Amino acid sequence: MAKKILVTEDSSTMRALIASAIAAVGDYEIVEAANGFEALRILPREKVDMVLTDINMPDINGLELVSFIRGNANYKDLPLVIISTEGSEKDRLKGLDLGADAYLVKPFAPEELQQLILKFLG
Amino acid sequence: MDSLSSRAIGDFLGEAEEIIENLNNDLIVLDDCAAQGTCDPDLLNRIFRGAHSLKGLAGMFGFDDIASLAHHLENLLDHLRLGKVPLSNGLVQLLTEGFETLSRLVEGKGEDPDFTFDVSAMRQRVEQFLAGGPAAADEPAMDRIDPEILAVLTEFEEHRLRENLKQRQYLFKIKADFDLSSFDQELAALTDLLKKQGEVISTLPLSADLTDRIAFQILFGTDLPEGDLGSLVASEVVVENLLPAPEAPPSSRVMVADSEPASAADKEGVAENSTAAETSARSISRTVRVDIDKLDLLMNVVGELVLAKAAIGQVCEKIKGEGGSELGSELQKATRVLERRLEELQKGVMDVRMVPVAQLFDKMNRIVRKVANERGKRIALQIEGADTELDKLIVEDLSDPLMHIIRNAIDHGIESPEDRRAQGKPEKGEVCLSAAQKGNHVVIEVRDDGRGIDPEKVRRKAVERGLIPETAKLSRDQVYDLLFMPGFSTAETVSDLSGRGVGMDVVKNNIALLSGMIEMESEVGVGTSIAITLPITLAIIKALIIRVCDKTYAIPINSVMETMMVEASQIRTIERKEVIELRESTLPLLWLGDVFQLGTRAGRRERFFVAVVGFAEKKIGIVVDELLGQQDVVIKSLGESLAFVRGIAGAADLGNQKTILVLDVGGLMSETLRGDSSFFA
Repeated sequence: MAKKILVTEDSSTMRALIASAIAAVGDYEIVEAANGFEALRILPREKVDMVLTDINMPDINGLELVSFIRGNANYKDLPLVIISTEGSEKDRLKGLDLGADAYLVKPFAPEELQQLILKFLG
Repeated sequence: MDSLSSRAIGDFLGEAEEIIENLNNDLIVLDDCAAQGTCDPDLLNRIFRGAHSLKGLAGMFGFDDIASLAHHLENLLDHLRLGKVPLSNGLVQLLTEGFETLSRLVEGKGEDPDFTFDVSAMRQRVEQFLAGGPAAADEPAMDRIDPEILAVLTEFEEHRLRENLKQRQYLFKIKADFDLSSFDQELAALTDLLKKQGEVISTLPLSADLTDRIAFQILFGTDLPEGDLGSLVASEVVVENLLPAPEAPPSSRVMVADSEPASAADKEGVAENSTAAETSARSISRTVRVDIDKLDLLMNVVGELVLAKAAIGQVCEKIKGEGGSELGSELQKATRVLERRLEELQKGVMDVRMVPVAQLFDKMNRIVRKVANERGKRIALQIEGADTELDKLIVEDLSDPLMHIIRNAIDHGIESPEDRRAQGKPEKGEVCLSAAQKGNHVVIEVRDDGRGIDPEKVRRKAVERGLIPETAKLSRDQVYDLLFMPGFSTAETVSDLSGRGVGMDVVKNNIALLSGMIEMESEVGVGTSIAITLPITLAIIKALIIRVCDKTYAIPINSVMETMMVEASQIRTIERKEVIELRESTLPLLWLGDVFQLGTRAGRRERFFVAVVGFAEKKIGIVVDELLGQQDVVIKSLGESLAFVRGIAGAADLGNQKTILVLDVGGLMSETLRGDSSFFA
């Protein structure tokens, strides 16, 4: 069965770009969430294998989502990558401190994302 | 990312336009905030996020021009939301111009992805603005706050927490858990309730191990003491102090008590908000953005189906005529079912194409502000009927003409504040933009309370331009018509603001292309009103098919009021115009054969058919040889080269591979009612 990747990102164009970059390296199922609330709803319902999340989102921020995932017994070991626009160094360090496995800065080359996917999901 | 498809670029441009549109609306609110001196942090953060998203997206597509300018604006907004620069009208103006520049880039790339221009001047202005800003204010220390709380706050949220500390607000951790299936609505209801009393700084989902439920911890700053807050929220909601020893209350304020009527209204507001939150939360995931071309394609297929159905109907009649009445009736029944379903399908596709004119009006709001600023005029824009719906394509095509009309109104209509004061008018000019549905039409009106149009001035100018002879005597309507003539507008009247050098003639033609009609009313010193009447949709219409001199034409049925047979003896001539009596009024006649010069007038005939067409009070009778009946037709564009043929609005497909021309009723009417014979020469 194809592994599932949850992509939490409020821009639909960005979600499509991420999905097409991932599709190029293997058979993965992409589950899209347009905001943090949707991600919270999807997590218990779909058994996802990896999470990608933006930081700046309208409802809960990506850091809060990372903290939630890392603190929850069901999800704490999921590979977790923050994808966010270069900007606040503080936010980036916080993300890593909270337990994100990697931090990808937009704009990124598709290969950078692909390498991370292969690294965590093989 | 070289391999990006044009579809991906299209997606980007669509989303970028949407972001900029939202930003512009938010900037208008921000401008008002700047004037009042207070601002909702959510609004600031939303605007910041818009610029932030644009930068990220543009970067992915290698659009460095957009990315770099968006980066500068984001930086400016970051300073603003973090309180490092104060909010001012100047700053909002700079932001507005910045986003307008971005909008031009996005628009240009829609035509050609390589489109660009130099944005360094704009970038520099942003940099200068930041360089001139005051140093960051002293921030209270955060060491009293639990580091675990700080760990999940973004820089902005930390700043908001600090602001709340600075203002000596009470700070609370509010914990509540909700059913997993409906938590977003319930959480939104709680958040909305709290927002009325203070600021929601962050919302953290808690990792507690609950099945089917999810808990949240809201960080809340308020001037309500703990007891009052506790009674405000539901009993299962836990309220805790964030700080070990809360600081003294900052101000005395009266909490709205439950028994007061205002509170009931408040509660209703909350209930409404919770349903609103439900819809908005849903819309994020339940809305799809569709390329209008795809809808056009769908519409065309529906159109073909409608025509195919008509063909089946004819076969059905034929079978019945040839004696197969049983088979014929069965087929007829089946066709009727098909017909009903087709109608539903057609209506469904139509509905999808319908958008409120609010989109368009918001855009105009911005233009009014911009032009007023540049012209040093003070203008209040009134908007009415923004929820009136029109076909998306019509709304798109209406944008340029409407922009032009509004710019004209501000440029030439509204006087300077000094002039207005001298005339005893309020300094602030008023422009009213309204939309209203009237049957199958939508009337969009731009009204100003400016200086009005002086017919004599217009006449003199037309003489100067050589458009009319010196001695010409013109009615008021004919004078207004001059304004719509090619060659009337010149560099002198069309400033750089009033469109891209297009005149009102282009506006009129654009409206005619949409099967619309434009009318003008004006009174010197009082103001001018321009009304555009448009069909609600263009794609499929019911038409009256008529014949003149062996040529077939279609008249859109929604402009046909009635048809009748007229005896030659009923026709009278008044002021060299042919008319008939119609229920105690006179109806001017238009001989279609003359209009299109189809040969000798069938004047020797004893009887004619007349199609009475018009909108509201204005009507004319179109004289034709034969009425062939009603039919659905699919409107096709005539193409650029034929777009300006007078009297013709477009072509229609009749189904049996016959194409006929559709009459421009609006155009024919205005010319007939004004008796301008030169029109047809």
